[in-house]
Amino acid sequence: MIRHLGSFDSSLFDEFRRLQQEMDHMFGSGPWPNSIRSVDRGTYPPINIGSTPEQVDVYLFAAGVVAQDLDISIQNNLLTIDGERMLISEEGADYYRKERYDGHFHRVITLPDDVDSEQVEASYREGVLRISIKRRAAARPRQIEIK
Amino acid sequence: MNENQNMTDGQAQAVKGSKQQEPAIRPAADIFEDESGITVQADMPGVSKERLEIKIDSDTLTIEGKLEIAMAEGMEALHADVRATRYHRSFSLSSELDAEKTEASLNDGVLTLRIPKRAQYQPRKIEVRVD
Repeated sequence: MIRHLGSFDSSLFDEFRRLQQEMDHMFGSGPWPNSIRSVDRGTYPPINIGSTPEQVDVYLFAAGVVAQDLDISIQNNLLTIDGERMLISEEGADYYRKERYDGHFHRVITLPDDVDSEQVEASYREGVLRISIKRRAAARPRQIEIK
Repeated sequence: MNENQNMTDGQAQAVKGSKQQEPAIRPAADIFEDESGITVQADMPGVSKERLEIKIDSDTLTIEGKLEIAMAEGMEALHADVRATRYHRSFSLSSELDAEKTEASLNDGVLTLRIPKRAQYQPRKIEVRVD
């Protein structure tokens, strides 16, 4: 039983490592130019954007946000996210640190031109908001068969 | 809490081995004190309970978490503010805190730790007996 659990643990961890290496590879480097709408690093919430031929995924690292306080809209290829994180200060307590962002935030993201603004899905899990936008089929690379 | 610690032991070992090279994010934290203890709140979006580790080693409190997000296969990055997959932060504690009794909860990526003060440091209520 213990051995079984042990091997399960390590395979689970291998999986973590694999995922992590993938993410490091993906997000770890890249001299991409700054978007005209980009903001300083450290602005809340941090955002990652990834793309595949089928879709574009936008990730907002916004812990402790209530889904109802998020307003997401898309116009052609412009994605706008309005949100709010209201922190409740503990009354009668002495604060040593207040590093967490408190208040309103607004981000505008320029997506690739071929996104389909009709096909957008958003989900919020473990403090990460993921917005998936499908790309139009015509824009996807097509395999051409040689007869 | 105990279950959780057992589960992460194996991972902890492996994390130790690769700690040097791995970049880590320092999670933003709020810390406050009231009469009965100290509370730490830290932003760790993308961390689940299974990938969170809280260690108390004599007088040091360490929080660590693995960030994981659902990604489509073959995804390429267009932009990345977050470039590490690990959170790490530690605090030194003082002796009036009873670290063994620390309580932790994780909600929507926000970790809340409550470290109570030892009984003798807590304000005591004196009961008035009515005979």
